[in-house]
Amino acid sequence: MQYAILCYHDEKVTCAWSKEQDDAVMAKLGAVMGRLERQGRLGPVARLLPTTAATTLRKDREQPLVIDGPFAETKEQLLGFYVVDCASLEEAIEIAKELAAANPGGAHEIRPVGVFFPGKVAS
Amino acid sequence: MTDAGWISSILTAARPHAVAALLRNFRDLDLAEEAFQEACLRALKTWPKNGPPRDAAAWLIMVGRNVAIDAVRRRSRLQLLPPEELISDVSDAEAAVADRIDEADYRDDILRLLFICCHPDLPVTQQIALALRIVSGLSVPQIARAFLVSEAAMEQRITRAKGRIAGANVPFEIPGAAERFERIAAVAAMVYLVFNEGYTTSVAEHGARAALCEEAIRLSRLLLRLFPTEPEIMGLAALLMLQHARAPARFDSQGRVALLEDQDRTLWNRRLIAEGLALIDKAVRHGRPGPYQVQAAIAALHARANRADETDWPQIDLLYGTLERMQPSPIVSLNRAIAVAKVRGPADALAMIEPLASKLGGYFYFHGARGAFLLQLGRAEEARVAFDRALALANTPAEAAHIRAQLDRLADGAAL
Repeated sequence: MQYAILCYHDEKVTCAWSKEQDDAVMAKLGAVMGRLERQGRLGPVARLLPTTAATTLRKDREQPLVIDGPFAETKEQLLGFYVVDCASLEEAIEIAKELAAANPGGAHEIRPVGVFFPGKVAS
Repeated sequence: MTDAGWISSILTAARPHAVAALLRNFRDLDLAEEAFQEACLRALKTWPKNGPPRDAAAWLIMVGRNVAIDAVRRRSRLQLLPPEELISDVSDAEAAVADRIDEADYRDDILRLLFICCHPDLPVTQQIALALRIVSGLSVPQIARAFLVSEAAMEQRITRAKGRIAGANVPFEIPGAAERFERIAAVAAMVYLVFNEGYTTSVAEHGARAALCEEAIRLSRLLLRLFPTEPEIMGLAALLMLQHARAPARFDSQGRVALLEDQDRTLWNRRLIAEGLALIDKAVRHGRPGPYQVQAAIAALHARANRADETDWPQIDLLYGTLERMQPSPIVSLNRAIAVAKVRGPADALAMIEPLASKLGGYFYFHGARGAFLLQLGRAEEARVAFDRALALANTPAEAAHIRAQLDRLADGAAL
């Protein structure tokens, strides 16, 4: 079974970390990731940019609505995610709209990825 | 991270929210600050034992409020002190407070707190010092170091600034839409000043002053969270991030200024660049351009070029043209001339800046740029005169060293 491990923290706190604090945390995480990678058990890892860089597409209406800011509702749950390579936010929104047309209801939060590690899970 | 480390990160992050809410309660800056300080001391005592509360800002507001009310009572000797546990034990009440104080309340509170710091009666340096002290929570010695003045002088500057705003009428009612917009613009300008204060530096002072740039970025993120749909705030944050991303490359190993085209671009902070690019991308979708967005777009074009010769100068020229129309200023025209020199050659650039001489005659960069254009045109003697002028006007040893290098190059050329 593959598991997704989702990371939550107060970004007001993590953004207040000094570069040294941030580097120290990343180095400690890197050690754990390195071991999992050598065992062929580490899939893709992404560090997302802060929610201030987020855009949300509400797809629970006829015409999807683009809103600045992160997904803020609590009555819906995180069900999955895509990582897409785009030249601009506009392109990412277009892809999200295509996905929305295929599966309306709920929302897509569109977040730029800061650090991406593709990983590989041995089958 | 050590206990003290994680607690101080949480306290720093919660500070603007907590101080702003306490200010609304007490309508007195000193009282609000004291209450927050006292709440922090209690947090340092109880959090290591009990773990941090779920909503740190709500906890600090609650405890700070209790402490301050208690202090007022103690002064008036009307009532006995409540036991310590009562003051700090707010775990049950915390959830209720967190429900009541949502981001929207914080929004106008924090904006008010920031807006107080940009009071028009305060000279710019006092505005910046006050914002760093009250909103960011930097200590007086930290701010003094960043401004390169003594602690006593900085203490005095902040006390004087507080005295001035205490006498001024601070509006506590919820602002209307137009007024809120004006406040946002004033606060954005102040955040930009904080950044510039840190950016104008030499290598020797770089460490202490870089803290100002980091604080400005943190304030811009705060503004962005409060006003997520303002494209100019996105532009401001993007501009600061994209400029600060280049900080590690601004000086060479000898402490000399490295111009943009000479910088080692592998030293640029890629994570900040990614965030800045994402924000400017988000801003332009609104179709409501403004000066911060245009400046950020220019910085973005530099950030996107992996080598100096890949820079999209024609686009930069166009963007400076837009900025000139939005915010006519000889400094903007001077910056545009650098792009014009790349696109159409030094003769056009020189023709463009000659009329600025009366306004920029006392400005280091004017004579530096003029000298560089004249040099490119082979007018060595005039270039030397321009560089001599620049040298006399240099603000930092690094600027002077850069001009001296140009003069040396001229002298070598003359000898050939």
